[in-house]
Amino acid sequence: METTQYSIPTTQNSLVEIASQVRRDILRMVHGCQSGHPGGSLGCADLLVALYFQQMKINNRKGKGGYLSFNIDGKGEDLFFLSNGHISPVFYSVLARRGYFDVKELATFRKINSRLQGHPTTHEGLPGVRIASGSLGQGLSVAIGAALAKKLNGEKNLVYCLMGDGEQQEGQVWEAVQFAPNNNIDNLVAFVDVNGQQIDGSTAKVNNNRDLGAKYKAFGWRVLTVDGNNMDELTTLLRKIKRLVGKGQPIAVMMKTEMGQGVDFMMHSHKWHGVAPNDAQLEQALAQLPETLGDY
Amino acid sequence: MKKYTFTEKKDTRSGFGAGMQVLGQTNPNVVAMCADLVGSLKLDTFIKENPERFIQCGISEANMIGMAAGLTIGGKIPFATTFANFGSGRVYDQIRQSVAYSDKNVKIAVSHAGLTLGEDGATHQILEDLAMMRALPGMTVINPCDYNQTKAATIAAGEFEGPVYLRFGRPVIPVFTDPDQKFEIGKAWMVNEGADVSIFATGHLVWEAIQAGEMLEAEGIDAEIINIHTIKPLDEKAILKSVKKTGCLVSAEEHQVAGGLGGAIAELLIQGTPYPQEFIAVKDSFGESGTPAQLMEKYGLTAKDIVAAAKRAIARKK
Repeated sequence: METTQYSIPTTQNSLVEIASQVRRDILRMVHGCQSGHPGGSLGCADLLVALYFQQMKINNRKGKGGYLSFNIDGKGEDLFFLSNGHISPVFYSVLARRGYFDVKELATFRKINSRLQGHPTTHEGLPGVRIASGSLGQGLSVAIGAALAKKLNGEKNLVYCLMGDGEQQEGQVWEAVQFAPNNNIDNLVAFVDVNGQQIDGSTAKVNNNRDLGAKYKAFGWRVLTVDGNNMDELTTLLRKIKRLVGKGQPIAVMMKTEMGQGVDFMMHSHKWHGVAPNDAQLEQALAQLPETLGDY
Repeated sequence: MKKYTFTEKKDTRSGFGAGMQVLGQTNPNVVAMCADLVGSLKLDTFIKENPERFIQCGISEANMIGMAAGLTIGGKIPFATTFANFGSGRVYDQIRQSVAYSDKNVKIAVSHAGLTLGEDGATHQILEDLAMMRALPGMTVINPCDYNQTKAATIAAGEFEGPVYLRFGRPVIPVFTDPDQKFEIGKAWMVNEGADVSIFATGHLVWEAIQAGEMLEAEGIDAEIINIHTIKPLDEKAILKSVKKTGCLVSAEEHQVAGGLGGAIAELLIQGTPYPQEFIAVKDSFGESGTPAQLMEKYGLTAKDIVAAAKRAIARKK
């Protein structure tokens, strides 16, 4: 199989270009199997690109087939945990584009015998994934455990976790939110994707989260906010975070995004949370997103 | 009937604490976690000797299981501990997704299983955990029978790679197994060889089965008694060999009749030659408050119940 190599970009422009390609991948993956969750995936594309292509320290050694060699224990690396596993398309696209596996494999998403299951899993051995997620509310606990292990191992690396805002309605999230500051988990950065939407409608209507930032702050977190669809703001924030870690407090980022970001008819609604575009809609959506790295 | 005697009674959970003490000294990756039940789980010595490797989770079992999964990613071997009720049913989904499906090297070590928890009553007396944990692909399920075996099982679980559900109990019971035993996960222990009926017992019911064997012997019945300390993977070879010889069986466990040891054995036997089987287990009922002895008697989990069941099984032989 032919493999595609990508150099690691350093400029803001190139991150934006990658994010555009990732959004194309998301749409084409979801269209290809006529299922999956494009809305939140599109909204979080910028964060995952910024993390994986600039912020996170990951093992850049190439292994079999020229792909990044992947160790599940992640020793000496920064780690990322996706708690809201239904936005797997963005995770898979970023992992493939970063070099963990061939981008052509994105075409197998949600299809029989694929490593790209509907929700991420370690079960099929997909490089880049360290825990299964999908049943909501569990990722922050896992991330805290991984952060604790890094402390026990004397490692300086950071652990990042992404959750949805609807997911904040799960009780386990608040068990974890309470634990982390009480145990000085200061090598942990938790992002909450505040897009204000969930399957049944706006989070305000379904079960109002109210002021999430104030809640995290009351529990003892250092709370930051960012426009998660502005690459300049994101990269500035991520650089700032590197100076704020290691000071006794975990960091929470309330990341405002737009569900469906980048595709005009998918934005400003919860309707594209878990719906695949048809042929015409795909064409209309792709026309809004420049192909920058070559479609798979 | 092989003679079993004891000089002292101890709780199996103290065997767990002793096993953890050994693991704390021998394996620097072993981490203990607890959800506000340190005294009940007998972790005091481990914590005293390894304070940096103990994580007090507070009353947050779901978070504890998730954190345990995360700790394995950094090469740690976490023992997530609480009462069996809160370490199984309450966190089934966390165990399913973050531990079993993710194939994480987490040990879920739980005390106060079953009716013998006693006076706290049915809210705390889990009788469905073996069924739940046994149904999870890749999960190893262990239910040792006394202090010494629990200590050995704890050490074996720490050395084993993969998710383990290790279940033990609250009350003091006779210590009758070898203090230096080697615990082999998945290998049944032949307690007594016999010819007339096979009694497969697990956990607290093993001592009851031994007493039942003596009572049966007095009536001229030669019972084979096998300790199935590992419910999953089940020692199919040992079970098949025994029933082929005796032609009937009794399964005995401190658990619901549905889905536990008896269910596991029935699933196995029905695929080959079925034999008359009698179940010593709780019959589709919750427990209640009372002393452990009163509860075991009321719910039919004593040696004399095993004797009656053995006779019924023998009578059903063709």
